[in-house]
Amino acid sequence: MATMDEVVSKFPGTANATPVEEDLRNSGLSGSGQGSVLLIACGALAHEILALRDANCWTHLDLRCLPALLHNHPEKIAGAVREAVLAARADYAQIFVVYADCGTGGALDRVCADLGVARIAGPHCYAFFDGVDRFIARDEIDAFYLTDFLTRQFDAFVIRPLGLDRHPELRDAYFGHYRTLVYLAQTDDPSLDIKAREAAERLGLSFERRATGYGELASQLGDWAAASAANAD
Amino acid sequence: MSDDGDDIILSELDDAELVEQMMDDLYDGLKEEIEEGVNILLGRGWAPYRILTEALVGGMTIVGKDFRDGILFVPEVLLAAGAMKAGMSILKPLLAETGAPTIGRMVIGTVKGDIHDIGQNLVTMMMEGAGFEVKNIGINNPVESYIEAIHEFDADILGMSALLTTTMPYMKVVIDTMKEQGIRDDFIVLVGGAPLNEEFGRAIGADAYCRDAAVAVETAKEFIARKHNQASA
Repeated sequence: MATMDEVVSKFPGTANATPVEEDLRNSGLSGSGQGSVLLIACGALAHEILALRDANCWTHLDLRCLPALLHNHPEKIAGAVREAVLAARADYAQIFVVYADCGTGGALDRVCADLGVARIAGPHCYAFFDGVDRFIARDEIDAFYLTDFLTRQFDAFVIRPLGLDRHPELRDAYFGHYRTLVYLAQTDDPSLDIKAREAAERLGLSFERRATGYGELASQLGDWAAASAANAD
Repeated sequence: MSDDGDDIILSELDDAELVEQMMDDLYDGLKEEIEEGVNILLGRGWAPYRILTEALVGGMTIVGKDFRDGILFVPEVLLAAGAMKAGMSILKPLLAETGAPTIGRMVIGTVKGDIHDIGQNLVTMMMEGAGFEVKNIGINNPVESYIEAIHEFDADILGMSALLTTTMPYMKVVIDTMKEQGIRDDFIVLVGGAPLNEEFGRAIGADAYCRDAAVAVETAKEFIARKHNQASA
């Protein structure tokens, strides 16, 4: 699969279309209205999905993202996905949900089953980036994970919500039992490596970089793209 | 809570004003002020148990209510808990000497695969404040640890905590094992943690789901009273 840099050079227009991170975090991303198949995804996956879509010329796929900050409120995800599917249903031939379970405890699966839409497999995005079976087999209960997006947004998703900007003395109450910060790298970006390593130091954890690429996100989107294209023929 | 800039001399306040001020200080997470207030009240001849219940537990109950109502968030609760812990560390040895009343005995721990203990530490503190003796067995507990601890500690109550949707099903493993061993009904089983709800508590065979530390205390008191009533009937 193509890296972000390859995508940008191949599709110059994509650079301008790159969504603003702050928007992805707080309000999500509206669909373009083009394409017969809609992906409803977490805002934290927008860059990766757009990179894959554009690199593979899946022009029939449109992307709508819910605010990435729902990551910190998993109890709200299932309801938000339900609303998004119902709102978009009349406008698309098919809808897929690009959320893992994400701490919903099966609530998202119940919504998907109820609405007849498929979602990507796995307990978290960490799992499908790493490979779900491999991730589960690792059984890393004392690992704290970051993706590219979460590394860029570390302050907004970790430091500020936990009050560590105002009260750094609370760090061990939150992370005292964690051992390692594992950076699951979707892209090869030295500046993100530095940020992730700094994040580990800030949390008092050892650091590991694990190059995952897009993992099973790529294969799942590929399957959906192919199946939906075949259906349209 | 208190945001005026005037320096308050705690020792110059009368008892009622001091207790009120300590509740404010607890709310604001002011550890040193709480220690000072506790020492002043001890110096004025207050019984340790009275200081614990009126100033510390009273203050922490307000913190708990405001957390439940979305006025306070986890960082503020942790700071308040830290202040209460500081006060309790002065009172605990004195409580042991003065033979403060014990309502019941509890073993509490986070389930296997889960390293999060903020919630159970809060419950431990509030239960101790309410007059329970608590053995906190920490994180990542397999069923054997729970069962060994409830026997060794001669517990009335078993409390289990989980923060992850992937680990909370382990609570059922513990309860089912207790059933197999014929000891389930010898203990009150309370469960809690962010992803749980009442339905889950019922489904796994717990006696009750407790949504926060204050509810855990009230629920535990209610079940202990019921147990005593049954014993005397």
